[in-house]
Amino acid sequence: MKQPIYLDNNATTPLDPRVLEAMLPYFTEKFGNAASRNHAFGWVAEEGVDYAREQVAKLIGCTDKEIIFTSGATEADNLGIKGVFEMYKEKGNHIITAVTEHKAVLDTCKHLEKNGARVTYLGVKEDGLIDLAELEAAMTPETILVCIMYGNNEIGVIQPVKEISAIAHKHGALFMTDATQAVGKIPVDVNADGIDLMAFSAHKMYGPKGVGALYVRRKNPRVKVTSQMDGGGHERGMRSGTLNVPGIVGLGKACELCRLEMESEAIRLSGLRDRLESTLNKMEESYVNGNTQHRLPHVANISFKYVEGEGLMMAMSDLAVSSGSACTSASLEPSYVLKSLGLSDDLAHSSIRYGLGRFTTEEDIDHAIEITQKAVNHLRELSPLWEMFKEGIDLSKIEWAEH
Amino acid sequence: MAYSEKVIDHYNNPRNVGTLNKDSKFVGTGLVGAPECGDVMRLQIEVGEDNVITDAKFKTFGCGSAIASSSLATEWLKGKTIDEALTIDNMDIVEELALPPVKIHCSVLAEDAIKSAINDYRVKNGLEAIVLEKSHH
Repeated sequence: MKQPIYLDNNATTPLDPRVLEAMLPYFTEKFGNAASRNHAFGWVAEEGVDYAREQVAKLIGCTDKEIIFTSGATEADNLGIKGVFEMYKEKGNHIITAVTEHKAVLDTCKHLEKNGARVTYLGVKEDGLIDLAELEAAMTPETILVCIMYGNNEIGVIQPVKEISAIAHKHGALFMTDATQAVGKIPVDVNADGIDLMAFSAHKMYGPKGVGALYVRRKNPRVKVTSQMDGGGHERGMRSGTLNVPGIVGLGKACELCRLEMESEAIRLSGLRDRLESTLNKMEESYVNGNTQHRLPHVANISFKYVEGEGLMMAMSDLAVSSGSACTSASLEPSYVLKSLGLSDDLAHSSIRYGLGRFTTEEDIDHAIEITQKAVNHLRELSPLWEMFKEGIDLSKIEWAEH
Repeated sequence: MAYSEKVIDHYNNPRNVGTLNKDSKFVGTGLVGAPECGDVMRLQIEVGEDNVITDAKFKTFGCGSAIASSSLATEWLKGKTIDEALTIDNMDIVEELALPPVKIHCSVLAEDAIKSAINDYRVKNGLEAIVLEKSHH
């Protein structure tokens, strides 16, 4: 079977063969428990972990002692937010986040609301960026944490992290960011950006699934989180559990490759992305979603009006992409991220996300353009809305039977 | 989610795509759903002598299951009398296309489109609209 073209790299990335190669010995001959202090098996495993910790630290500009390995970004988000809330509850109970965050952040905040937290969910402007004045106005003496993502998973917009952290710090709050889509794709420096806690994951940067990390600042200020997993006191007491040595080694190698290749890769990917986007945007009634200036290099989110996203994906079975439409969910609610940009439901239903990656070729992009154009045209031939639009009927004036 | 072979077949080769003259008194048009919900179906029937449906056309904005449901509906409608057409139940469509539970609403919409097209035809021809029992949404 011919494989479809993979353009869903925001969901997950394939493992780089060089990462796999680094990991393999840690499944077999180097199988030791990194916490075994009394024999060579343990030492070898610990050495692998220590080296990986340095590789990770180097990518984000921190020290190795500031990296807590977790099972992924979701766990890191949980540990960071819940850990700060429990550790700093004497100081206050207020957390500020944004409506376009990943569910790992939003649902963690909702959980904490049941435990006495007060959470402010900032809206976003139509380009997907938060309003800094609104953030400033939301800050209170009880605010302990501002948690805003670095780059958005659906539309790729990059928040003004430096400015956000400055506002948080001015009011004595910590700044945390979910940087799952940004780390390894664009330069992220925790000191330059003023980040106190940061969650990210290996499988979005050509590493393995099941491993990620939480950066926790140790100096200016020294940040502490209450552990959410009790046990042997691994990871300086913040995250118990036997270390996933092969996974951690893979994360380390993935970070190293990204650090070395990021600059040229970002130029290559944004070139391909721009070609894809500008060509598709020339189609009638197509709209690019989100800010196009402050954006990750590998993401394009486009709405093709009068065509439903899920139906469109079915017509593009040679293309693996994702849609903001959710015809399968019981609620039939389209993407909350696109809706929060002020997109009407019908445009949100008509959206396709293209996520390019390290293994995307020029040929893939040309093919993707062709497949998309063909599918959109085909579905518009089937679409009563397209016909009405072409006849000049104002669809907003029709009384639709909501169901 | 994997689609059934029948859904894929209707999706790739939709039957009876098109438009009938909505102003003709022999044509009934049903337009159901809403763009905000991600589903809009327009189903049209042309009715000949003895209340027999001689032609049916559709256009649908929606997912593969919605397109397949309406395509199948047009196939079933042709040759049926209006009274027979009214007996088409959404669960028949679910069964024929092997729709999973999350896609049942697509079949409901197709049933609504059939009934709405029939009512449009009835009203145009001086008959009373049939009161539809609220289908299970």
